[in-house]
Amino acid sequence: MTVFTKTAVATLVAGMATTAAAEEIKVGIALPYSGVYASLGNDIEAGFRLGIETFGAETQDTFSIVTEDTEAKPPVGLAKVRKLVLQDEADVIVGIVSSGVLGAIRDFVDGAEVPLIVANAGNDEATGEDCSAYITRLSFSNSQVNRPMGQYLYDQGVRKVFTLAPDYAAGQQQIGAFTAAFEAAGGEIVGQEFTPFQQTQDFGPYLTNARASGADAVYVFYAGGEAISFVKQYDSFGLKADLPLYGSGFLTSPLYVNAEGPAAEGVITSGFYVPTIDNPENASFVAAFQAANDRLPSEYAVAGYDAAHALVQASAGGANDRAALADALRNVSFAGPRGETSIDPATNNIVQPIYVYESVAAADGTGMTQKVVAQLDREQDPANGCTLAN
Amino acid sequence: MDIGFWLIQTLNALQLSMLLFLLSVGLTVIFGLMHFVNLAHGALYAFGAYVAATVSASLGYWPALVLAPIAVAAIGFVLYATLIRSMRKSGPMAQVLVTFGLIFALLDLTRILWGDLALGMQLPQLLSGRVTLGGLGYPVYRLFIIALGAAVFVTLALVLGRTQIGAMIRAGVDNDEMAACLGINVERLFFAVFCVGCALAGLAGVVAAPILSVTPDMGLQILIPTLIVIVIGGLGSLKGAITGSLIYGFVTTFGAVFLPGLASILIYALLALVLVVRPTGLFPARG
Repeated sequence: MTVFTKTAVATLVAGMATTAAAEEIKVGIALPYSGVYASLGNDIEAGFRLGIETFGAETQDTFSIVTEDTEAKPPVGLAKVRKLVLQDEADVIVGIVSSGVLGAIRDFVDGAEVPLIVANAGNDEATGEDCSAYITRLSFSNSQVNRPMGQYLYDQGVRKVFTLAPDYAAGQQQIGAFTAAFEAAGGEIVGQEFTPFQQTQDFGPYLTNARASGADAVYVFYAGGEAISFVKQYDSFGLKADLPLYGSGFLTSPLYVNAEGPAAEGVITSGFYVPTIDNPENASFVAAFQAANDRLPSEYAVAGYDAAHALVQASAGGANDRAALADALRNVSFAGPRGETSIDPATNNIVQPIYVYESVAAADGTGMTQKVVAQLDREQDPANGCTLAN
Repeated sequence: MDIGFWLIQTLNALQLSMLLFLLSVGLTVIFGLMHFVNLAHGALYAFGAYVAATVSASLGYWPALVLAPIAVAAIGFVLYATLIRSMRKSGPMAQVLVTFGLIFALLDLTRILWGDLALGMQLPQLLSGRVTLGGLGYPVYRLFIIALGAAVFVTLALVLGRTQIGAMIRAGVDNDEMAACLGINVERLFFAVFCVGCALAGLAGVVAAPILSVTPDMGLQILIPTLIVIVIGGLGSLKGAITGSLIYGFVTTFGAVFLPGLASILIYALLALVLVVRPTGLFPARG
């Protein structure tokens, strides 16, 4: 063998070695960019891109991103995810805001054996009885955010609670988890009403019922436009003084708390993220997100950011095809903006601390901010019928 | 549950009724006069709320209360000149399709102009307090909505019933060809009524903005209740709009008090009943 061919073979081998080590991982992002959840989709994508930028250097692999608009509609979402998997040949799917879309694509991604990182949709079943080895959730589950509030409220001396939520799956699950925990702690639910979902503009009748119920406090779940209407109307009836308002963190999300304004002052809610969480990872996340997007990150942005972090960690461990990524994603664990964050391989749901926070007026007069009142233990969901551990 | 509770629930019902009245009266009069189904009415209401939120952020609530209806009337003017005049004779199906499409065009326009995030609107000092009624606090602003709705109703009733313009409008509703033969410029009358109807939708938008959230889809959410009001009340009449609104407000509110589990279907059950018993509604413009 001549020197020339030896060099050529050596170069070829070296070249093959580098291509084997550094793959391009194709990420299909499926988020709503139109309709009522468009602002959530944009926040999640901004978080995800920032995460890839921040942590990308930790792996040799590179990432290419294709985005599709699910419109938060199950049939559209399924068609778009199919397109990402079959036509774009994505190695991993990231996104999904609506639990309805998640339900619609669950069997397809499970059957196609494509890893899916859920960056929002919180229905309990997705990491319970409908769990899949290919579906990892980096956001939250409806129960997880509310369960710890049952004991917390009881410890604060609250004994009688009136609950309100929109009448759909997320409302039932969020309030159901709180109710079960609060009653287990020894509290009493003196009234529980579910308002017609997206048809209730006026909460006046329900607020008047709550006031007449003899409760010590009101606990609610509302999100988006309904949350804004609810918080403003609660304040306008002057209920906050005698009947403190508690709820799931979506009630006063940093994404729209400024639209609620002073009406949100003093409302105490539980969530998995607020921009004012005090840890170094969060400080650098908030600074970078603000520099890139000119606004504070929300809990939606952090789910996108952590989804990217998890993906990078999985790929840095050597996974770069669908099967290996799905496996690796189930065992990721890192210190992120929300504190110690990991995936529970028994359900593929995230295990994360829950923060109790109060919405307060910002000292510099720029609107509303969040004061963390308590950091509760890392909350791990029970298996709920998921058999991944067996 | 004492007197105060019932008083406040009654006021809640009245307040919701008045908000729906402001919306439905514009839609119903436009229909009565022009036989034109303007499904984009809800989108105009959302537009009014957005203009109000923007204006009030810099100028305060009162200028917003005046400017937003004018801005929405101006949009009505543009819509009339570009689309609606040429659609007048093209039959209800084409009109429904075009105005249904307009809903989404306007919805996306608000998203492009104002973004996806919900806006808030603060109340003026004068209206932000509470009064004590029957031992319970009630927001002044809700009383203001009730008063405003009542004032609009009385004004419209007087204009339609007692003035020459009102007589011309009633003549146009009854028989537009005959009215035209008698020398009434029906076309111009239609145009004026259309703009006033749009302005009322804008007014409803301003009034609703401080208690609801200003989101792109608020127009879609209010459309169904508004249509229910019109179908129950009967198309084209002021009396129908106010009756339908009151029925909707009271059934929804007291449904939430007595039968919270059924609150959402009660009004639909009533709607079905009205359609079976009186298919044209309770007070249609022409019986």
